[in-house]
Amino acid sequence: MLSPYPQLVRAGFRRHATYRQAALAGLTTNLVFGLLRAAVLVAVLAQRPVVAGYDVAAAITYVSLGQGLLTVVLLWGDTEMSRRIRTGDVVVDLGRPWDLQAAMLAADLGRAGFAVLARLVPPMLFGAWAFPFRWPTVPATWAWFAVSALLAVVVSFGVRFLLNASAFWLLDARGVIGMWGVVGGVLSGLVVPLAWFPEWAQTALAWTPLPSLFQIPIDVFLERDGTAGALAAQAGWAVALLLVGRVALHHGSRRLVVQGR
Amino acid sequence: MTTSGAGGASMDTERRLRSDHVIVTEGLGRDFLVGSRLRRTRVTAVTDVTLDVARGEAVGFLGPNGAGKSTTIKMLTGVLVPSAGSARVCGLDPVRERRTLARRIGVVFGQRSQLWWDLPLAESFALHGAIHRVPPARHRERLDECVELLDMAAFLTTPVRQLSLGQRMRGEVTAALLHTPELLVLDEPTIGLDLASKERLRTFLSAVNARGDVTLLLTTHDLPDVERLCRRVVVIDRGRVLVDDGLDALRRRFAGHRTLVVEPVTPAAPPAALPGVVAVTAEAQGLRWRLEFDSTTTAAELIADVARRVDIRDVHVDEPTIEALMRTLYTR
Amino acid sequence: MSSRIRSQLAYPASFALDLTAQVIGQCIELVAILVVFTQVSSLGGFDRHEVVLMYGLAATAFGLADLAVGQIQELPTYIRTGELDVLLLRPLGTLPQLLCADVSLKRLGRVGAGVAVLGYAAATAGIDWTPARVLLALTTPLVGAVILAAIWVAANTVSFWLVDGREVANSVTYGSSFSTSYPITVYGPWLRRVLCFAVPGAFVAYFPALALLGRADPLGFPDFLQWSSPLVAVGAVGAAALIWRTGIRRYQGTGS
Repeated sequence: MLSPYPQLVRAGFRRHATYRQAALAGLTTNLVFGLLRAAVLVAVLAQRPVVAGYDVAAAITYVSLGQGLLTVVLLWGDTEMSRRIRTGDVVVDLGRPWDLQAAMLAADLGRAGFAVLARLVPPMLFGAWAFPFRWPTVPATWAWFAVSALLAVVVSFGVRFLLNASAFWLLDARGVIGMWGVVGGVLSGLVVPLAWFPEWAQTALAWTPLPSLFQIPIDVFLERDGTAGALAAQAGWAVALLLVGRVALHHGSRRLVVQGR
Repeated sequence: MTTSGAGGASMDTERRLRSDHVIVTEGLGRDFLVGSRLRRTRVTAVTDVTLDVARGEAVGFLGPNGAGKSTTIKMLTGVLVPSAGSARVCGLDPVRERRTLARRIGVVFGQRSQLWWDLPLAESFALHGAIHRVPPARHRERLDECVELLDMAAFLTTPVRQLSLGQRMRGEVTAALLHTPELLVLDEPTIGLDLASKERLRTFLSAVNARGDVTLLLTTHDLPDVERLCRRVVVIDRGRVLVDDGLDALRRRFAGHRTLVVEPVTPAAPPAALPGVVAVTAEAQGLRWRLEFDSTTTAAELIADVARRVDIRDVHVDEPTIEALMRTLYTR
Repeated sequence: MSSRIRSQLAYPASFALDLTAQVIGQCIELVAILVVFTQVSSLGGFDRHEVVLMYGLAATAFGLADLAVGQIQELPTYIRTGELDVLLLRPLGTLPQLLCADVSLKRLGRVGAGVAVLGYAAATAGIDWTPARVLLALTTPLVGAVILAAIWVAANTVSFWLVDGREVANSVTYGSSFSTSYPITVYGPWLRRVLCFAVPGAFVAYFPALALLGRADPLGFPDFLQWSSPLVAVGAVGAAALIWRTGIRRYQGTGS
């Protein structure tokens, strides 16, 4: 029998591909912020030419990829499932003969696929064209970067799924989701590389999924040390979050079905 | 077609299960806890609903707002656990076997969409087929048929968010039918539609049901829906089944009187004291009479009676409206 | 309006989370600045206390502007749902109505966080306090808020022309908030010119901070600019009003 999930990936891609003007507008935002962030990092590097292994070219690459991955990994603005739980539309989703988590992951991968084309590639090319940029030196790096970016999407999906599922209990998950957005922005290494953080903060963050979102894929691209371990950490977080998500969905939908709320 | 108390249930259920019933419930009930954590009160939404629906039937499930219709439908589709009694749909336990059941039934919620908002309608159909694992050939055949009958060819490539409500509902019903469900549950499918859209949907649904392979369960506030589609009506109020009967039988039982409308050739006062007539009114300066009559006479006898006294230009019989019937029922 | 405020308190847990998220959201940008200063001792020619002072001024101004005109971001929604037509039918100013449609109390979190940082920075940046500087320190957040509010209104007016204007407007609103938190010396000459003159973000925090610190501009901009933020604010409001009016006229003209 044919599986619906590849179709759902394609649908996720197509859904977002219909909003071209929005993608273009978002790209503008990414580029403006990229310029501002790069300026700050470059000003730092004017004091010391290399900070924690980043020179100017690495910093530019860092900012370009970070701005590009922002929409691929998706930190902000995914509230669809919590809204459907709050409005009760989730009964339609539960009434379908599919694995809801797998279906949502499939759709999210499709969304990320479109974001790679529309939102990741342009800032990369712009950064490389306008400023010093660090391309990978060995071809295999591209493959590892692809794997790492994919795992980053899955980890991010896992977190977003859990945050949204909290609506089964809280009803209104916007506060939790907003909190994640602001904390995740800085502590995932989007603004300043995590390697610049004090030692103790880096150690603490290593115990969270935050570095898996942006820092690891970018470091893989920059061919910094420890690719294998970093990918393993990402994979571990991806599996763990998906499993916890399954349990949450099971209990949440159970609660909905039993309590009718 | 029985509505009974929960007594002697299990043997009876077994017997009915073996027969060709799509829905069998036994003393189905549901309570909710409402209020704050400190002061919880138990509210009964549905109580003691015993009901069976045979394959191919079309049942109108009626009741005022908050009567328990949606709660019952949620229990039948497996998205709500009953707090009392049991239900079997297509021979399955709806809650425990929800995913299996989902392959065999179709559900249309008038106020919720199962289509993908941002995608063209055709892609929603393709996705729906994939989720239900419908073989491509059967999918195409089924889809072509629906597109033709519901006249959807013109907007198949339009994103769902740009469709009118009437167009979207045609899409919703098609999506729910693509996997050839045994049971189609429609929760207020015509809500908000204009008259032409309602009529088109009713014609389509009645054609679907007429082929005999799809059982319809329909909730609505729009009584013409019921008149067009259903021969059987279940009325629920305050969580209890009030009536479960054929539509014709209901008319006879509750609305009683039919009305003979007579238009005499010349204006006159209507004749008094005809046998079986319980009330008489004249309209249009004596050019139209309304004679309400009970079951002690027939329309034919009464027409003959009137024709003996005056020259008649035109005559017809008004059936009691289902609205009148519902009014009687809800106020009892 | 009071009913709107009360309804925000209806889910107290969610509101508390929202408020905390705003406070943390404001402080987290400060974290980024502090992380940078663990690696270097100066940024664009300014030390940590001085940059934190600029951040404190910018953050308070941002919080106040967000409280006052944050609702302008909903303009695309108002256009799409037709609610803007309802506002246009009333015999009141359209912009005030739009801004008052919802006062999001959670935004107080940002103001609070900004004031706290500003207080700390004022105490530690080694400012030689004079009456004029006290006055400047008190008025700068308000004047800065007026400048930011004008920028936001002007930027969001783009929604009258573009269907997906929100994202473009966001790059201006949040971009201006981000850029005003740092000394403009970190930006290249091209970005700097934009920030000083096209979008007058440099007058929100950078120039007033120079005046408070008693420093000459390292880039050689004349000293009078350091005290001219109120004038810039007046100019910005005028420009924003003009742009808004053009947008509204266009909207009424196309009727779409």
